[in-house]
Amino acid sequence: MSDTPAIELRKINKRFGPVHANKDIDLVVKKGSIHGIIGENGAGKSTLMSILYGFYQADEGDILVDGKKVTISDSKAAIGLGIGMVHQHFMLVDNFSVLENVVLGAEDSALLSGGINRARTELKRLEDEYELRVDPDALIQDLPVGLQQRVEILKALYRSAEVLILDEPTGVLTPPEADHLFKILEVLKNEGKTVLLITHKLREIMAATDTVSVMRRGEMVATRETASTSMEELAELMVGRSVLLRVDKKPAQPKAPVMEVENLTVTDSRGVQVVKDVSFIVCAGEIVGIAGVSGNGQSELLETLAGIRRATRGTLKINGETIDLGTSTLDAADMRAKSMGHVPEDRHRMGLINSFSEYENSILGYHRDPAYSRGVLMDLAAIKKNAVAEIEKYDIRPPNPMLKTANFSGGNQQKIVLAREIERDPEVLLVGQPTRGVDIGAIEFIHRRIVEMRDAGKGILLVSVELDEIRALSDRVLVMFDGKIVGERGSDADEGELGLLMAGVEDNNKMAVEGGAR
Amino acid sequence: MFEIVILTLDSTVRLSTPLLLACLAGLYSERSGVVDIGLEGKMLGAAFGAGAVAYLTGNAWIGLLAGMAVSIGLSLIHGFASITNRGNQIVSGVAINFLAAGLTALLGQTWFRQGGRTPSLPEGGRFRDIILPYAEELRDVPVIGGLYSELLSGHNILVYAAFLAVPLTWWVLFRTRFGLRLRAVGENPAAVDTAGISVTWLRYRAVIACGALCGVAGAYLSIAQSSGFIKDMTAGKGFIALAALIFAKWKPANAMFACLLFGFLDAVAIRMQGQKLPGIGEIPVQFFQALPYILTVILLAGFIGKAIPPKAAGIPYLKERS
Repeated sequence: MSDTPAIELRKINKRFGPVHANKDIDLVVKKGSIHGIIGENGAGKSTLMSILYGFYQADEGDILVDGKKVTISDSKAAIGLGIGMVHQHFMLVDNFSVLENVVLGAEDSALLSGGINRARTELKRLEDEYELRVDPDALIQDLPVGLQQRVEILKALYRSAEVLILDEPTGVLTPPEADHLFKILEVLKNEGKTVLLITHKLREIMAATDTVSVMRRGEMVATRETASTSMEELAELMVGRSVLLRVDKKPAQPKAPVMEVENLTVTDSRGVQVVKDVSFIVCAGEIVGIAGVSGNGQSELLETLAGIRRATRGTLKINGETIDLGTSTLDAADMRAKSMGHVPEDRHRMGLINSFSEYENSILGYHRDPAYSRGVLMDLAAIKKNAVAEIEKYDIRPPNPMLKTANFSGGNQQKIVLAREIERDPEVLLVGQPTRGVDIGAIEFIHRRIVEMRDAGKGILLVSVELDEIRALSDRVLVMFDGKIVGERGSDADEGELGLLMAGVEDNNKMAVEGGAR
Repeated sequence: MFEIVILTLDSTVRLSTPLLLACLAGLYSERSGVVDIGLEGKMLGAAFGAGAVAYLTGNAWIGLLAGMAVSIGLSLIHGFASITNRGNQIVSGVAINFLAAGLTALLGQTWFRQGGRTPSLPEGGRFRDIILPYAEELRDVPVIGGLYSELLSGHNILVYAAFLAVPLTWWVLFRTRFGLRLRAVGENPAAVDTAGISVTWLRYRAVIACGALCGVAGAYLSIAQSSGFIKDMTAGKGFIALAALIFAKWKPANAMFACLLFGFLDAVAIRMQGQKLPGIGEIPVQFFQALPYILTVILLAGFIGKAIPPKAAGIPYLKERS
């Protein structure tokens, strides 16, 4: 291994109008290493990588590749210098085959057949060398995200990339898929490639990198050897103050059940049973977490309870009232009226209308509430007053109720949704993926609010694919696999044990569990 | 009876030719992600350009080139508005339709003073029908003779070109680098951009290909099918071609069948004009004119499954700001 760094950045500056996205960035990436770059959303990581990949041009500063000063005017130039990038949102054509995606932009000649054939042989070789197995003729749209990401990596390798940039690669992956990715990165490193891993997840940095650089508000604040740092130190560097990684909460004091679900079965539009005969209770003053790899029925469960999706059969008891979900025609508004708040899993698709301003979103779904409307007219003064109060209480930034929610960061958008649901003071709160795409500072705040709500004697059903989050917040953990609840554990649940349950490994305590879940 | 069938099929081929050319034109554009509702206007502009120049020069080929030039010019306007300036593609397309309708009538009247028509073409200004070898000799052979001499033979060169353009388009789309990139840019322009290919230049090339084919379609109307330009002579063919494109799910071979079907309906409509059907009476011409649209709606509503357009169609490409 030579001492010349694979990549060296000197005094990189980039401004977007008034936003100084990258300030005097220096970075040295050693050849044959996995170098992590960590920072909160909006810290400037993606901008920096986009400059390296030729998507943007730096306003000032030098880029050195293999010790030579280079100009990277577009992605083509970056590829030519042996830099490959796996973007956060995959740059794949969904209805193309793997092979077609790999050759796109590297077709060899005006006719396709030659390039395609070479790619087929080359993919076979890469497959063997790096253990990256994908069916070259499969269509991208038929592949799970983990494999799609593999195609992105293969694309870069096919273009003989020596430096591979991965931008938030695990955002869409399940924990086992993420672990597999890190194994692949290890193989790449052993083959002499250099990997730049961009993430805001501390665990991944600790698990996968050799060196880590921390960015905060457009600046590179520190670089550490991963082995000689800790999650706590990195978190503090990222946020600029010390943060609590564990949620600080007292033991739960559950009271009477507020929500009882019995024999719930849900069939989706394809006629497949996605929730299979699920029964559980949520008591006042406790947080019940539903763990599971995404796509095992949690989303459908949540949507059914929220009144968005119809059940095939099953009953729901909420605040003493019994509802037959198989025949009910209650919609989301009716469920809210029954004192059931809902923070949907996907805030962009269901939680917010991003082209609406903050104050409009702050009452979305509650706009018929007499507190905010008079006949057909909205009571704008009351709505704005409420919005301002929520902004203050939840520290939503920027504190401007007139701003479109599209212009808020992920964490602040989530706070807007959370404030809206929690402040209506429901007896039961359904929360889906409360901190997906949310930065550390906001995660801490959101977790605290959820625990406060529990302590106020409300029942909370939490669905999350982040096992850490489930373990940190839940007083009881239910594990879903293939539409069924396959196990129940207490708040002290062992991570490995939960992981096995999530993977569908049979539970030894099954009988006892079923008794407990009801 | 056989005679009638052959004659109807023969006019089907003639009537579907401009639809097919325009449909393939739209296919290039829309596959690249640029929705083109301006096919009608480009065809009309090309028909006028071809008619005027063919009259002035007395040369059909120069007329054809002029038609293509006009159409490509209009395409570039569409490209400038929707690719370079990221404008709304529907608005730009509609504008081109208005522009062409108004300008052809105005210029036609100003230049030739025949109520917006171009004067009848001189000899050589029009594409003549090509008689294939032995067509006359084989005419009397039963079935095959009729098919060969009436249906296959006796069309002008643009008809043959249109039908040859179908396999050619398929080949370009699925067997060449340009085609791969074209299809990719209509589905996910960001993937093309990050692969180091210029989205803008790629889309411009698609739009130019669209203009060229649309130009041939327009020229066919004024200097092959008829002998001169008539005001509004496209009469909605551009829109029918667009319907055929959706109907065909943006695939070349399907496009040919869709255009043949619509051409056939047109041919039947002409044949049925003034004829009384036993028990039903005279069917209004408007019924046949509406059929392509009705068919498109009904078939798309469930019989041929969903027609999924290129995913990025209609969306201007803007580099994402992180």
